[in-house]
Amino acid sequence: MDARRESEPTPMKNSTTAERTSERELVVTRTFNAPARIVFEAWTKPELFKRWWAPKSFGLSMLSCEQDVRVGGSYRLVFAHPGSPEPMAFFGKYIEVTPPSRLVWTNDEGGEGGAVTTVTFEEKDGTTLLVMRDLYPSKEALDDAIASGSTSGTGETFDQLEEFLVTLGASAPS
Amino acid sequence: MVQYARARLDASFAALSDATRRGVLEQLGRSDASITDLADKFHMTLTGMKKHVGVLEQAGLVTTEKVGRVRTCKLGPRRLLEETAWIESYRQRWAARFDELDDVVEELKRKEMVDGRKKRE
Repeated sequence: MDARRESEPTPMKNSTTAERTSERELVVTRTFNAPARIVFEAWTKPELFKRWWAPKSFGLSMLSCEQDVRVGGSYRLVFAHPGSPEPMAFFGKYIEVTPPSRLVWTNDEGGEGGAVTTVTFEEKDGTTLLVMRDLYPSKEALDDAIASGSTSGTGETFDQLEEFLVTLGASAPS
Repeated sequence: MVQYARARLDASFAALSDATRRGVLEQLGRSDASITDLADKFHMTLTGMKKHVGVLEQAGLVTTEKVGRVRTCKLGPRRLLEETAWIESYRQRWAARFDELDDVVEELKRKEMVDGRKKRE
């Protein structure tokens, strides 16, 4: 699908796609103009990871970032957000670590409904196709994630499209 | 199921890329309307409006029902609209991250080139 839309101000950037590919899976894809080892490095070194994971526009500041990138190792990201009195933490364990092509980790902050994330880095002619899959334990778990994100959210600014659709959704039949 | 979901999402985003179709959704958010009503409101031919409604219907954003000679349009299920919005906002969040990641990646590439040159010297 062509995710590059008119509203995006930087046409030189590669496009990002996101799809719900099944009842319990979300898939995000993006191509990078660099070999897989470089993209992998930027995902697995805390000092690099913290530079891109929370862009300024999110309004979050990263308080700490720990990544023990090996099978069974854990990670923990802690953020401060102006809309939340307590810091927010994201944490889990690495299940598979295969440099530079594959990373799998759990997302444990949400309890049992958390997804397992698989990121693959597929290199071709010096560019890397990144595919990130969030596999939820059940259809209900993914539906819940979507429903909670639609209403409360993490304080992130809803973009125009979302506001528009939520307004529509409010008057549509359930 | 996978193919179906993919096709539906593609259809959703294609449907929303057009200003008239967004206008039609907004209109239907206020009240149901016939294709003739919509054509009048948007100063279009009946055929043109039928096409737009067809695209929205394919995407699951609108449902239509024909009673006698009148086809009435209404918004699709709320859950589907919310899901489409959520996935689009999720996509934008990752697009923002990946645009930042591009900068980090470019820097690493440059560094690797410089280091490689030093090694050869």
